[in-house]
Amino acid sequence: MTPTHMNGSVPRRRGRNRFALTLAATLAATTGAGMARADITIGFVTSLSGPSASIGVLYDKGMTAAYAYKDEIDGQKIKLIRLDDGSDPATASQEARKLIQQEHVDAIIGTSSATSTNAMFAVANELKVPFIAISPVNIKTPADGNLWGVAMPQLPSLMIKVIAEKMKKDGVKTAGFIGYSDAWGDLVYNGAMAAHKDGDGPEITTNERYSRTDTSVQAQALKVLSTKPDALLDGGSATQAALPLITLRQLGYKGQFYGTPALLNRDFIRVGGKAVNGVEVSAGPVIVTSQLPADHFSKKIGTEFHEIFKKVNGGEADDGFSGYTFDGWLVLLNAMHYALDKGVKPGTDAFHKAIMDGIYADKNLAGVHAIYNFKPGKAYNTDERGLVVVKLEDGKWIYQP
Amino acid sequence: MTAQIAAFLTVDGVTTGSIYVLIALGFVLIFAVTRVIFVPFGDIAAFTALTLSALQTKHLPGTVGLVAALAALATLLEVIRLARARRPGQIPRALLFYLVLPLIPAAAVWATAGMTLPLPVTIILALALILPIAPLLDRVVFRPIADGTVLLLLTVSVALHFALVGLGLLFFGPEGVRTEPMSDYMVMVAGVPVSGQTLMIMAAAVIFSGLLFLFFEFTITGKSLHATAVNRTGARLMGIRPERAGTIAYLLGSLLAGISGILISPVNTIFYDSGFLIGLKAFVGAIIGGLVSFPVTAIGALFVGILESFAAFQNSAFKEVIVFGVLIPVLMWRSYTFAHSEEDIDE
Repeated sequence: MTPTHMNGSVPRRRGRNRFALTLAATLAATTGAGMARADITIGFVTSLSGPSASIGVLYDKGMTAAYAYKDEIDGQKIKLIRLDDGSDPATASQEARKLIQQEHVDAIIGTSSATSTNAMFAVANELKVPFIAISPVNIKTPADGNLWGVAMPQLPSLMIKVIAEKMKKDGVKTAGFIGYSDAWGDLVYNGAMAAHKDGDGPEITTNERYSRTDTSVQAQALKVLSTKPDALLDGGSATQAALPLITLRQLGYKGQFYGTPALLNRDFIRVGGKAVNGVEVSAGPVIVTSQLPADHFSKKIGTEFHEIFKKVNGGEADDGFSGYTFDGWLVLLNAMHYALDKGVKPGTDAFHKAIMDGIYADKNLAGVHAIYNFKPGKAYNTDERGLVVVKLEDGKWIYQP
Repeated sequence: MTAQIAAFLTVDGVTTGSIYVLIALGFVLIFAVTRVIFVPFGDIAAFTALTLSALQTKHLPGTVGLVAALAALATLLEVIRLARARRPGQIPRALLFYLVLPLIPAAAVWATAGMTLPLPVTIILALALILPIAPLLDRVVFRPIADGTVLLLLTVSVALHFALVGLGLLFFGPEGVRTEPMSDYMVMVAGVPVSGQTLMIMAAAVIFSGLLFLFFEFTITGKSLHATAVNRTGARLMGIRPERAGTIAYLLGSLLAGISGILISPVNTIFYDSGFLIGLKAFVGAIIGGLVSFPVTAIGALFVGILESFAAFQNSAFKEVIVFGVLIPVLMWRSYTFAHSEEDIDE
């Protein structure tokens, strides 16, 4: 309808237009409602632009693989709506709202940064629609005790516990620590201290910090050297996690390096070069699917994931991120099957509730990253069998049984 | 702390400090001549490193587009100004300086992108590409407000920094880079290994401090720059054009920033936003020098580097707090012992 029509001076014509408009609206409403009954709609938000895009693109590829893996449940076609949040938490939360209120989605999956994911989770809690968080979240359970979503990544404290146990197994009695002077550094340090207190990990000799934009960590490295630790735990992430390792090797340190999944990054390997060779980190099994023993829970589904990822995206899934979206999809598929089984109609509030019930009812679901056992009131998977230890050998991550 | 650790920390501190010296000298140079605290200065250093890395990995650096766009914008502004002033005869000259000269390195980089070039050539290309950015920004952003207050210039400068960081993310992406090492040379000094790269950084700081000294003491251009710094109006009366002096100051400053960026990138990973913190710490050094004295600035910047290194050893989590905390006593000392600059009397 053009503005000239709206402002037309002929009353009869305006009346006819208004009638047409009403008719169209009624038709749209009926067909819209009809469609909602026929189809299940899922919203997916990730960052395809902005600073989080390097991770966001991987999440998106994971989604493409997941949708190619299965795009229907019990004969019902699943409609997928994909949106880009531009790495902005405000946009992410607006999009979550839009998906729920305008598109009437049955569940949402999102997004690339912890802050944005938290923002979306809050909207899901408010509007009571299931949410699959694919980045780490830190969210309070609402007063009524109903959390409207789950988080796919492994609990950070678990990532550290697994590598601390490996250090102990390797005979490491003391370990130095260098990490970021931010929340991530705190998380790794506190996790390592907790593991030592529980008798699962080595004694931590230093608490040295640096920031991503620092020009040198020589002083921190010297401090670590002065405590003569058996090994070093790296609490950095991505590219700049290589800096302390390079500096320590330059200073002649011979001990073993350990780290977290935050080091699973192509640029870390590129920048670190020889110095980071041999570093061991905890990781989701999806990183080393092809090397897993046949009886490993993630072997079968992981192989399927890698095959389908390669088919639809044209490259290897050598990151941990795409696997989180894929696992989120698996969790959602099972939960929707549960909800449909109960005879609940998609597009209704009851369906939302039934999906959450389905997520909690599903036991021992094997994904590419972990075995999932979610419990009401807890966002993170409570099953600890998820992580393996991998070692960097000549630019490749090798599974350490 | 043993003597050997202290020696290690000193070498590390002097290396970092030398980088700060180069940047701090640029700060003082530009501020003295134009009264602009050029906040994006560290970004220029980071952009040089990122451009060099892009050339080495055979990508077309985004700075090519930036230079071309800035050159076009500056030329447009200059041509409009000349046309309005009814001096069309000067337009060809403006075209040469604002369009042709900046586009030469941009075209060279564009033409050679994807080729394997020897290291010195890539370094020269990266430097040549970076050099026009600050003078062009000066023409586009600062010249129209050249007579504004220092505070206004500073505010615009901060805004410019944010714009450049955003562009940096667009051009170079969120991941950091390291460029190829320039030498594998290693020498032991008092039981401390000192790499060739470290020596080069220190040498660059010494050489450029010396060159700046000679430039200001013994050349007419240097003296005219100095004259502009002392008194703009007076210099103008003596036939010195403050605009030209400003352009020279920006060029020299960019050269210093570019060289520090190139020297630092083989020893540390540089991100699109690494420049700001380097610039900020260099600025502490420049403040110690009161934004006027080159020798005191150099000493101040070295002091910041060494302080940072020792602070990181004592308590790494509070390193930045210690370094920036030094500003407070320095500012108090300066405001009690020195007379205020002529700026306050002028206005």
